[in-house]
Amino acid sequence: MAVTNITSGKVLFFVNRFLSIAGLCFISQWSLAAVLPEDRADVLFHSYDGGGAEISGPSILVRKKFGEHVSTTLNHYVDNVSSASIDVVTTASPYTEKREENSLSLDYLQEKTLMSLGYTQSDESDFEASTFSMNISQDFFGDLTTLSMGYAQGDNIVRNNTDASFIKDVITRNYRLSLSQVITKNFLMAFALETMSDEGYLNNPYRSVRYLDNTVTRGYTYQSEVYPNTRTSNAFAIRGRYFLPHRAALHGGYRFFTDTWGINANTYELGYTLPYDEDWIFDLTYRYYDQTKADFYSDLFQQPDEFIFLARDKEMSTFTSQTLGIGASYEFKRNGTGILKRGSLNLNYDFIAFDYADFRDVSVSALPGEEPLYAFNASVIRLFVSIWF
Amino acid sequence: MNNAGIIDMRKLILLSFMLVSQGCSTPWVKPYERAHLADPIMNFNRDPVSNNYIHHVYDAREGARGAGIATGGGCGCN
Amino acid sequence: MNKPVKSFIKICSLLISGSVFSMALAASEMNEPAPDFTLKSLNEKNLKLSEYAGNVVLLNFWASWCAPCRLEMPLLNDLHNKYKKLGFVVLGVNVEEQSEKARSYIAERPVDFPVLFDDSNSVSKQYKVVAMPTTVMIDRNGNMRYLHQGYKPGDENKYKKMVKILIRE
Repeated sequence: MAVTNITSGKVLFFVNRFLSIAGLCFISQWSLAAVLPEDRADVLFHSYDGGGAEISGPSILVRKKFGEHVSTTLNHYVDNVSSASIDVVTTASPYTEKREENSLSLDYLQEKTLMSLGYTQSDESDFEASTFSMNISQDFFGDLTTLSMGYAQGDNIVRNNTDASFIKDVITRNYRLSLSQVITKNFLMAFALETMSDEGYLNNPYRSVRYLDNTVTRGYTYQSEVYPNTRTSNAFAIRGRYFLPHRAALHGGYRFFTDTWGINANTYELGYTLPYDEDWIFDLTYRYYDQTKADFYSDLFQQPDEFIFLARDKEMSTFTSQTLGIGASYEFKRNGTGILKRGSLNLNYDFIAFDYADFRDVSVSALPGEEPLYAFNASVIRLFVSIWF
Repeated sequence: MNNAGIIDMRKLILLSFMLVSQGCSTPWVKPYERAHLADPIMNFNRDPVSNNYIHHVYDAREGARGAGIATGGGCGCN
Repeated sequence: MNKPVKSFIKICSLLISGSVFSMALAASEMNEPAPDFTLKSLNEKNLKLSEYAGNVVLLNFWASWCAPCRLEMPLLNDLHNKYKKLGFVVLGVNVEEQSEKARSYIAERPVDFPVLFDDSNSVSKQYKVVAMPTTVMIDRNGNMRYLHQGYKPGDENKYKKMVKILIRE
């Protein structure tokens, strides 16, 4: 079987635009007004191992108040990537990579209004993301309702490690509205609406699609993927949290997603938080996710340039993912009178099972289009220490 | 850029603001009844760094994005 | 400045002006009789508000889970100790239905003024407590004179001012 030399480099593991999203999620507070968040520091060690990829690293956050109106947050995050995923082993060669992300955000509290500004910079060898965000949060009438809105804009640069002259950009815009509402003294609900709009070079410079080709032994040939240069998506989520009499919390949520690429997705989450013996808190969560494929996605096209747009990214295919997660938190310090007011040690483990309905595992020899459907499992570990000072 | 999308958002924001202003004139949960709501286990976003990371894991591997953890509730203080 | 940023700023200003409505109740002056009540105190004795007639009373509604309440406790303690010789007393009313957390908080951070437990919330309802914390100043004749909702650093100066006025009456 002939192996093409097109990409001696690597295939980007994280889709470009999602990197800036991590920054957006971090900066945007989407949080309660009326009191500034407490001073705290968190040191997290994260690890992902699944489908041939291993990514781990630290995430460090420090939040400090200055006076009673201003709070600053700094975050430093690193991904050390070692990837031999399905796309990498079938079209390129395993690689290692390091991505670094730094964020700074500023909160200003005036009466019941909390205003936030944030900036995130993410760097790796072939992708740079700069994201700026702003958010405003307001408490209403007895603080039973918190309305929050935010806007974020990302300017990203996409490069190609195998082609020094390749340079493209992407602009992402995020609009978000969320509402948190106290329903009863034991029940909280939250609603969120988010519209995201991307413009620019939205595909992956290394990824390819395949088409049927009787002229070669293996029966198919690769060509570069072609994506539209715009994408607009809308997501709506509803969440609830209920306090159980013996001191425990039951929580659940649903999110609906749709975009202009034809992807529709549903996310269902259910969880149980159980404190034990003053110092311990245990968490159990279940998450179910399903999505339909993008209009221009196909695992195997019938001929070259079959359509205007072509994609074979498994993240755009029809698939489901299910997660079972457990967590334990130990509070080693409570009601401290010195510098350390409170401290906790935490461990979370999540097991995620991905099952693809129209993405095939081409590392297995078979007739084109008859390879087994791909599936893989991932283990995610979060080990962290939090201190409040 | 989908201009229609932006206009809808603005109307939606103004509408929510109006609904909320009219709806809640007297708090039906008194501040002294908020002990349970102020409990850390009732916090949607108890560990922000950890939550942000797991959302990043999903965003990177799934097609859907956005409308992640929404927080709030508060302690009713001030 | 592009269109979405302009709309965002417009809506921000709308929300900030909206916050003015929530500020309206923060502090007010009045002159009406303070409802009498009997509550159990830390040492299990029952205390009545009317026992303090002739004194200036600062009634403070607080809870252990309320951060601003915890912030102002030591300052209220200082106020109590400074003016108690002039006929002034601070009464801390804890509003939690289960008082264990409050009792252990006071055990770790004791105060010199009486702490009362309103676990059935009857007094909170009598005084129409709608914010945490809530501070009510009662004059020597048993009339409510000043209501202050919430606590922000610096508010203790407002309390001090009012206490001085009421002491001199």
